[in-house]
Amino acid sequence: MAVLFTDPIDWISQFQQALDNFRTSGWLGSSPSGSGGYPPLNVFRKGDDLVLIAELPGIRKSDLQIQVKGNTVRITGRKGIEYGDNAALHRRERSAGGFDRAISLPVELDADNVKAEYRDGILALYLPRAERDKPRTIQIG
Amino acid sequence: MARSQDLEVQEKKELVSKEEKTVPSRYYMPNTDIYETDDALTVVMEIPGVQKKDMDIHIENDVLRVEGRVDFGNYEGMEPLYTEYNVGHFARAFTLSSKIDQQQITAKVEDGVLTLTLKKAREAMPRRITVS
Repeated sequence: MAVLFTDPIDWISQFQQALDNFRTSGWLGSSPSGSGGYPPLNVFRKGDDLVLIAELPGIRKSDLQIQVKGNTVRITGRKGIEYGDNAALHRRERSAGGFDRAISLPVELDADNVKAEYRDGILALYLPRAERDKPRTIQIG
Repeated sequence: MARSQDLEVQEKKELVSKEEKTVPSRYYMPNTDIYETDDALTVVMEIPGVQKKDMDIHIENDVLRVEGRVDFGNYEGMEPLYTEYNVGHFARAFTLSSKIDQQQITAKVEDGVLTLTLKKAREAMPRRITVS
């Protein structure tokens, strides 16, 4: 289903609605789709390729590792929180710790051409489809 | 405190506000830490996806209001296939004690985390009295 945004005012709420709808999508199927729960991921399609996005606020780029092999993406890292000495905590909602998440996508990826971007606490992975996995147009002879 | 365990998913909380927004898009409550030191109160908020220029911080009648807007333009041409979280702007407000020096507030945004340092007013700082 393509999400078409015509009215700019409606655009955001339609997009948010679409994001909600796909929370129940069975796109990953019933196959064991990976391990670990953090970070939550969103997967989008952009043209032929996939884009995987995760919110990872407060993690240093150097504390984040990404591995791609076949159709599996693994994101590992550690988030640290420092309060400094002599600080009296009033409210603590953020959490710190390590994470290791793997997700298997139903398409073969071109691991050599994966691009990763981390900006403003958002990790975006551009995952091109492997050439051999792309659909081919068959001419009817 | 030992806290070396694994990170768990924290479901994003949608903002419940007395005032309604004019545009019906969703807002979320940023996870926030607040701590106090001798000379300042520090507010740390997670606002992934918000750029410095899209942050709006103001204080009025001792209420600190923070709003961070996400640039949805980054999602143009993207078709969701599988999602685990929703994306929205962030907003939250806190009532401050009047002990804050409103002229001395500094804000910093780094890796999707906003750090606000609110210096305490002079009269609120702890004073050490030496016995002569």
